Amino acid sequence: MSRAIVVEELVRDFGGTRALDGVNLSVPTGQVLGLLGPNGAGKTTVVRTLATLLAPTAGQAWVGGFDVVRESARVREIIGLTGQYASVDEKLTGRENLILIGRLLGLKRAEAKARADVLLEDFSLEDAARRPAQTYSGGMRRRLDLAASLVGRPRILFLDEPSTGLDPRARRDLWHRIRQLQADGTSVLLTTQYLEEADALADSIVVLDQGRVIAEGTSSQLKARVGARTLYVTVFDPAVAARAAEQITAVVGVQAQVDGEQISAPVQDPGLLPAVLRALDEAGIEVAELGLRGASLDDVFLALTGHSGHFEPIAAEDTA
Amino acid sequence: MNGLQQTLTLAWRSLVQVRRNPWELGDYSIQPILFLVLFLYVFGGAIAGSPDDYLEFVLPGVIVMNMLFVTVYVGHGLNTDLTRGVFDRFRALPIPRWAPLAGRILADVVKQALCLALLLAVGYLLGFRLATSLVHLLGMILLVLVFAVAFSWVMVLVGVIARDPEHVQLFGFTALFPITFVSSAFVPVETMPDWLQGFVNANPVSLLADASRALMSGGAAAAPASWSLLWALGIALVFAPLSVYALNRRLARG
Repeated sequence: MSRAIVVEELVRDFGGTRALDGVNLSVPTGQVLGLLGPNGAGKTTVVRTLATLLAPTAGQAWVGGFDVVRESARVREIIGLTGQYASVDEKLTGRENLILIGRLLGLKRAEAKARADVLLEDFSLEDAARRPAQTYSGGMRRRLDLAASLVGRPRILFLDEPSTGLDPRARRDLWHRIRQLQADGTSVLLTTQYLEEADALADSIVVLDQGRVIAEGTSSQLKARVGARTLYVTVFDPAVAARAAEQITAVVGVQAQVDGEQISAPVQDPGLLPAVLRALDEAGIEVAELGLRGASLDDVFLALTGHSGHFEPIAAEDTA
Repeated sequence: MNGLQQTLTLAWRSLVQVRRNPWELGDYSIQPILFLVLFLYVFGGAIAGSPDDYLEFVLPGVIVMNMLFVTVYVGHGLNTDLTRGVFDRFRALPIPRWAPLAGRILADVVKQALCLALLLAVGYLLGFRLATSLVHLLGMILLVLVFAVAFSWVMVLVGVIARDPEHVQLFGFTALFPITFVSSAFVPVETMPDWLQGFVNANPVSLLADASRALMSGGAAAAPASWSLLWALGIALVFAPLSVYALNRRLARG
């Protein structure tokens, strides 16, 4: 299997801080790799290194077979980059932004205009094409930014937290476009702190924490590592939650976590459910709700690192 | 593809806004035009006896002031690109790494020339008439533009160091006001106290204003023009490497 991106033992220091501490990963050609981790995990540093914007302190990386340090100019010919913030020129119109990138990539004036018009149509921006980008909504800006990174028809695309700050509708729209790119055979490295996003888009996932890869695999492989299901119990009175957690821990044999009036624990055997209910009943704890659900990637992160990733659910995000 | 084509494209990018909205040029020049009119009619009589006599003195001074103010926008634009991520997008493209900076400075020269033409036109409307020759005038324009390119490097440094575009403007204008006013741009140096005259005479703003004045209204231009060019060279030699060093440091910071 050919590989679009290979990263070996990548290290990057900023002053005295080690942002990347020996990262290894690879992206098979035509696939989407989700790089998942909380803020400060080093996701953006990986992307910036691969996009030749930062030199690694140690280790090696190849993009499209080209070394990112020694053949950085070749790398820049085959990549597209969409940053965390929409990196378009706010004073230029959407169309001018795309023409600018086309011209910089060596297209003739007429070619650059034609390419811009195709992309504006693809990304439903025709109506806003002749308005300055500063008048665009957050979703439109992100679409323009993605369109700008596609002007040169890159084989490999970096999407650094593409849906941060987007409302749910704009996010779904963006996901749809990323799936289309995937279908066209573009290899994608996607960073995200949204579990749902990695789950929805990525063929495989690498979990990054404090500059290290702490897990990798498909979404279902990662979930299987933690336990098939998560048991959750909600009590009426938060004051008894700690006592309930003790009872649950005793039954399932794994330390239960308390969050307000909700207690959760990974379980391999769903048959434990009646035993948990019996134990709580005998301890005189009133249960409001009790059930099993498939492990979320948040559970995965918790189980892998021992600390919560502080992943925010997508719905709670501000809209832009 | 060579870097020159891409530099031109990036310069076009900075100028296309001006073409669409010519008032943006007014942003750069409205203040100097205001200064020109105010100085002329409010202070002109007191400084030179009459506004008409003062025009010949103050127009070159305002031209130099305007040139310095316009360089602030080099730093402002660069800082906007850096903080908004536009600079990263350019650096991830297969273009020479110096092209974005070169494009910005080239665009700035064009803006400078447009502003200069605007001020000369306003000066003409107010009654200024060239006492020398067209060749002298072109010499003045060239001298001011060369100095502008050199001085742009100071603002590139400010643009790299500043936290956000607003701070570029704040710092840029705050630094430029005293440098501009403690010079012979608006009043003859002989009217100032002795202890100040030494500084004023060495101030490149004075030298450039004196040279421009001589090239537009007659007088000895060779000495102040040579000193101005020497200053320009010195500023460029110090600030260009410093700016590039600071820029690389900022980019390496992640």
